[in-house]
Amino acid sequence: MRSDKSASAPFGLKIAAAGGLLFLHLPLLLIFLYAFTTEEKSYQFPPPGLTLKWFAVTWERADVWQALWLSVRVASISTMIALVLGTLCAAAVSQTRFFGRETISLLVILPIALPGIITGIALRSAFSLADIPFSFWTIVLGHATFCIVVVYNNAVARFRRVSGSLIEASMDLGANGFQTFRYIILPNIGTALLAGGMLAFALSFDEVIVTTFTGGQQSTLPIWMLQELIRPRQRPVTNVVAMVVVIVTFLPILGAYYLTRDGDQIAGSGK
Amino acid sequence: MTAAVLFENVSRHFGAVRAVDAVDLAVAEGEFFAMLGPSGSGKTTCLRLMAGFEQPTAGHIEIFGETAEGVPPYRRSVNTVFQDYALFPHLSILDNVAYGLMVKGIAKEERRKAAEDALAMVKLPGYGVRRPGQLSGGQRQRVALARALVNKPKVLLLDEPLGALDLKLREQMQEELKSLQKSLGITFVFVTHDQGEALSMADRIAVFNDGKIQQLGTPEEVYKQPRTRFVADFVGSSNILPPEFVAQLGAAPQFASLRPEAISLGQSGNGRLVLDGTVLSRSFLGAANRVLVNVNGTRINVMSPAATSIPAEGDPVKLSFDRADLHLMEAAS
Repeated sequence: MRSDKSASAPFGLKIAAAGGLLFLHLPLLLIFLYAFTTEEKSYQFPPPGLTLKWFAVTWERADVWQALWLSVRVASISTMIALVLGTLCAAAVSQTRFFGRETISLLVILPIALPGIITGIALRSAFSLADIPFSFWTIVLGHATFCIVVVYNNAVARFRRVSGSLIEASMDLGANGFQTFRYIILPNIGTALLAGGMLAFALSFDEVIVTTFTGGQQSTLPIWMLQELIRPRQRPVTNVVAMVVVIVTFLPILGAYYLTRDGDQIAGSGK
Repeated sequence: MTAAVLFENVSRHFGAVRAVDAVDLAVAEGEFFAMLGPSGSGKTTCLRLMAGFEQPTAGHIEIFGETAEGVPPYRRSVNTVFQDYALFPHLSILDNVAYGLMVKGIAKEERRKAAEDALAMVKLPGYGVRRPGQLSGGQRQRVALARALVNKPKVLLLDEPLGALDLKLREQMQEELKSLQKSLGITFVFVTHDQGEALSMADRIAVFNDGKIQQLGTPEEVYKQPRTRFVADFVGSSNILPPEFVAQLGAAPQFASLRPEAISLGQSGNGRLVLDGTVLSRSFLGAANRVLVNVNGTRINVMSPAATSIPAEGDPVKLSFDRADLHLMEAAS
């Protein structure tokens, strides 16, 4: 596209593209703007005045910290689980041939194609049937179902490029299974796992639907925000939190994008 | 004397496919042993059985007197040079070569020195800092060789190591491999589909077809006394004469092999068998002429030195050869 300088896009297309981008990102800017407003009950435009006091107020609120801490723990542990299981699954599917291989590959990807509400209801019924009380761990399990997919997808693509003879060569030279994983497989799939893990973390961090069905009394950060919108009290606090969420989820996604884009170079030349 | 590698009635079946079928062989210590055959003949599976990547379905394998079944590749005193070299793309050449020593826990300085020595041995001194992607195919092949040899294996397995190289480089590497093997005294087991390579390099050759060894012998034996029609056809080119034709020559009615270069044009010498035929076609190959002659409906290839005069197409011609060069083969296959 960049090399094709002579063919400039028609004016109408430029307008449409600009309009599309504005539609996507203007609401985000409004969220940011209202984090600084002096009016706490309603969103009036333009804001009557600008202030930084909501940052201090947010900092003082214990419920925000609780929700944030819960979200970070849920996202970290789900990502951890997904990294282990997703990698193992990707290794099995890409390195060996066994009965039902294609089916397993499809079944692993299915949770992300299914609407979250289906996953949520299914998990909720399953937990109730098994008499498992809703807790921190049920939220983690719910999130792990779709986090695994992200890790798996990243890892399986990279595994396909690691030729099977590299693993055989390593074993042939005296490395056992663990050493082969540590010195040969991990360096070759490391960036893919990092990217998959970052995406999984971001997905888990702002998940609402599955959490609603699998959570007990606790609220993760997105759930807390939903509740705040319903009963307006110190509204701009929600906006401050929203800004934090945007930054916390945007950075890993950006990182994952750069890691997978340069995946070839990193796998080939990283020291 | 203990064999370096011993196969007793070894089979490896993949479902209904008998990749290796009841193979017996003994590779002697210090030998350059070639396993020759077309693709799918079982030679590579035999190599993988030696390396430990495959386990036999039946039979017994010994490496220097020790039972090999169930022993994983990383506990065998053999190393492999892979067909695609399988260099680790994320490691430098030096780290590639030192890998086997590293996983064994050899100290850094020591393994660095050993790896540099190994690189010097394959004529790549100072290449240690480069990466596999920066080397040519021939250089990668040498690195793969150094990486295997640095571990001082008792047996070195080579899986078509020269297959990806161009002709000039291949001939040069054949010489080098041969002299390397002599100076190191390590047993080499070499898989190839190139009969010329096997004949020129190996001390002994096992010719494979359909998972079975067709013949096992020195290059000379395999070439001059092919046991089966398959061997006669696969190793070099040969005239395979049908039993009726052989009977007319006064020999037992069996298939027989007659090498094209054993036949001379014209009647020469005493006590030689003589055939009458007509020239069908001729082609100039540089060092020799190839002449196709029709003898009573049987086509016979003759390789004649370039200096001899060749009769024109359609002309009658006399062929003569020594009875000893007519080699009778087993009826089967």
